[in-house]
Amino acid sequence: MIIDARGLDCPQPVVLTNNAFEESDEVTTIVDNEVAKENIYRLAKSKGFTVEIEETNDLFHLHLKREVSKSSQPHNQFNSGPIVLLIASDIIGRGSDELGKKLMIAFVQVLHEIIPKPDTIIFMNSGVKLVAAGSTVIEDIKELEKEGVSLLACGACLGYYELTEKVAAGQISNMYDIASVMFGAGKIINP
Amino acid sequence: MEIPSDPNLIVGMGTFEDAGVYKLTTDLAIIQTVDYFTPIVDDPYDFGQIAAANALSDIYAMGGKPITAMNITCFPSKTMDISILKEILRGGLEKIKEAEVILVGGHSVEDSEIKYGLSVTGTIHPEKVILNSTAKPGDKLILTKPLGTGIINTAIKAGMADEKITTEITTQMATLNRDAAELMQEVGVNACTDVTGFGLLGHACEMIQNREFGFEIDHSAIPIPSRTVEFARTGLIPGGAYRNRDFRASMIEFRNVPEWISDILFDPQTSGGLLISVSPQKTGVLLSKLHNKGISDASVVGTVTEKHAGKIIVR
Repeated sequence: MIIDARGLDCPQPVVLTNNAFEESDEVTTIVDNEVAKENIYRLAKSKGFTVEIEETNDLFHLHLKREVSKSSQPHNQFNSGPIVLLIASDIIGRGSDELGKKLMIAFVQVLHEIIPKPDTIIFMNSGVKLVAAGSTVIEDIKELEKEGVSLLACGACLGYYELTEKVAAGQISNMYDIASVMFGAGKIINP
Repeated sequence: MEIPSDPNLIVGMGTFEDAGVYKLTTDLAIIQTVDYFTPIVDDPYDFGQIAAANALSDIYAMGGKPITAMNITCFPSKTMDISILKEILRGGLEKIKEAEVILVGGHSVEDSEIKYGLSVTGTIHPEKVILNSTAKPGDKLILTKPLGTGIINTAIKAGMADEKITTEITTQMATLNRDAAELMQEVGVNACTDVTGFGLLGHACEMIQNREFGFEIDHSAIPIPSRTVEFARTGLIPGGAYRNRDFRASMIEFRNVPEWISDILFDPQTSGGLLISVSPQKTGVLLSKLHNKGISDASVVGTVTEKHAGKIIVR
């Protein structure tokens, strides 16, 4: 579907494109100014569309395609939605912290063998220590990242433990994105 | 252009201040400001209210008291019904009266586009002028109104905002900064500006430009209604936000904040709140006085630091 939004005042290009999303999984919107281009980029991202921008002769052609999310793939049989692993501590369980730390290390090491892998691992509170330099499981975590697992480490937590400059794997994230991932999950595993 | 100077000029054109201030006697200075614009809401009465509140705000931002005002009006009287103009002026007049200011006249011009606003005169003690460049390291930054008027008005134009949102944002824009100004004078603050067309970060940059301090802003502490976030993520962002961002990009660093925070913090505000820099010892007292006066959205949004002079870090 093609939307010609040239010459239209803000926010008409956004309105027309948004309406087009109701009818089609592939939309190309043509605009003639940067503001409209930026706005439609944001609209597309927020509605789950990929964006390819072609610039020709002062015009922007935004090719928008609805994303096929991981959750529609067959491995996720009984839950729709991504699998999220929440590591909110560097300790598993209560009783002995020494034992708890060993349990967490063993858990991370075993993730290698587990199928299906989580789609995203979130690290919070002392859990962020696992992704920082000096962590005994940093190589295992880097392997998971190579295999396509998304790693999000809470920025405020890294700041608290003064590990911000020492992150060795994953992305530094924030509460909004972390909460969004949790709410969008099909399953959350909390060891 | 030659910038005028005069020994009695307390605030002139050389800086980014909100209004002009001129000393008349040892304890009296006059404040002068003017502001007018094209309609941002559909209802003419509401437009009058908002434009008047917006114009008066610059006097409040200096810590002064407005006393007289004059209308500035542009109107296509040949093609538009005069009753619309009457409604705009009625809205403006009622806001002026609410501020206990006297309307002493005005000037209208025939124009194809409607514009309305005020020229305002206020008074202040020469030693109590609150500039915007005099923040002190260690100060806390308080913002008195939520952000998002530009984004929400774009959503309204797109037909994506319901009546409830329209009413709320209109009320927010029409709210005077008078109480906030009186309380900040009462408590004593170091610097203040009002947040309008350049967005929160644009006006914050004016406070630190060429100064020996910078700001640290905590994005999660800024009063931002969730609907503003939704609209921003949907791309309902006015062009002014991008211009504001491009102009000040070199002074700002965003650290681990969601992308749309930049859009909201540069969103041009209409008749926004006051951004006040106050000592840490007086922050609690000022904040509770603001809350007790009904300015419930007032929040501490950041601190003034010596660490990165002339720069703002948003976390």
